[in-house]
Amino acid sequence: MAEKNAYISASCVISNNTVYKNKQVVFENKGAVLPDFLTSVYQHFAWKYPKYYKMDNLSKLGWAAAEILLQGSDIEKYPPEDVGLILSNANASLDTDTRYFETTKDIASPALFVYTLPNITTGEICIRHKFKGENAFFVFEKFDPGFLHQYVNNLLNNDTLQACICGWVDVLQEDYKVLLVLVESNGNAGNTAERFTKENIENLYSLHNG
Amino acid sequence: MSDLKKQIIEQLNLQDIKPEDIGDDQPLFVDGLGLDSIDALELIVLLQQHYKIKLSNAEDGPKVFKSVRTIAEYITAHQNQVA
Repeated sequence: MAEKNAYISASCVISNNTVYKNKQVVFENKGAVLPDFLTSVYQHFAWKYPKYYKMDNLSKLGWAAAEILLQGSDIEKYPPEDVGLILSNANASLDTDTRYFETTKDIASPALFVYTLPNITTGEICIRHKFKGENAFFVFEKFDPGFLHQYVNNLLNNDTLQACICGWVDVLQEDYKVLLVLVESNGNAGNTAERFTKENIENLYSLHNG
Repeated sequence: MSDLKKQIIEQLNLQDIKPEDIGDDQPLFVDGLGLDSIDALELIVLLQQHYKIKLSNAEDGPKVFKSVRTIAEYITAHQNQVA
């Protein structure tokens, strides 16, 4: 299996009420509680996707980050089967699970129930961008760049995928953090692209801790 | 029907839509307002929570939830029965 030169073509971080694209601040709304912040992100970027409002916070974070990550990319050049999505977090869908559990004391909410799995987030992103490649949502105690690098590199090296969005989408109440990177096999080796390495993923994750 | 439209917007989290945007006879699903199957379940919850009405026959759903007017008619008919 030939080792390919995989590159990080783009990155998006959402942390501490700030959105970063390729390490640059593209939006911030300090002081807002998470639901209001997520609404302000939607309004700021003037998206037209009413389904967003129905998503839980985990899916909103993942969907918004993917939207910003892929803005200006030429991801559509790949066949849908060749674009994958590998996400991870620490709290699975616990944020929504607890909200849903509260509703079961009266009348259980179907709209909340459908978000009581973390991989619904991957589904929302795949539906939006019509991705049909390998996708998975892993739950770890903490961010594991080594696992992400190894897993995604394997998918690229064995030609399962040509491109992959991978990273971390985590939320529990007001505590949240998102890092998504777009990785392309034999990708853009231009001046702005970084090699897809464990260290570079870790650096992106640590860069905007706040 | 204006109050019912407000309740539908709130229950279904239709934040880009105002009550006046929804026609009384506008289809709610597919080509109309674009609601889906989960929204249908939320409408059933709305009837239970706000009006104490249980949809007794699931097959009535498409007829009852065709438009705001058909929901209002169903509520009126069944509230009278409860009373």
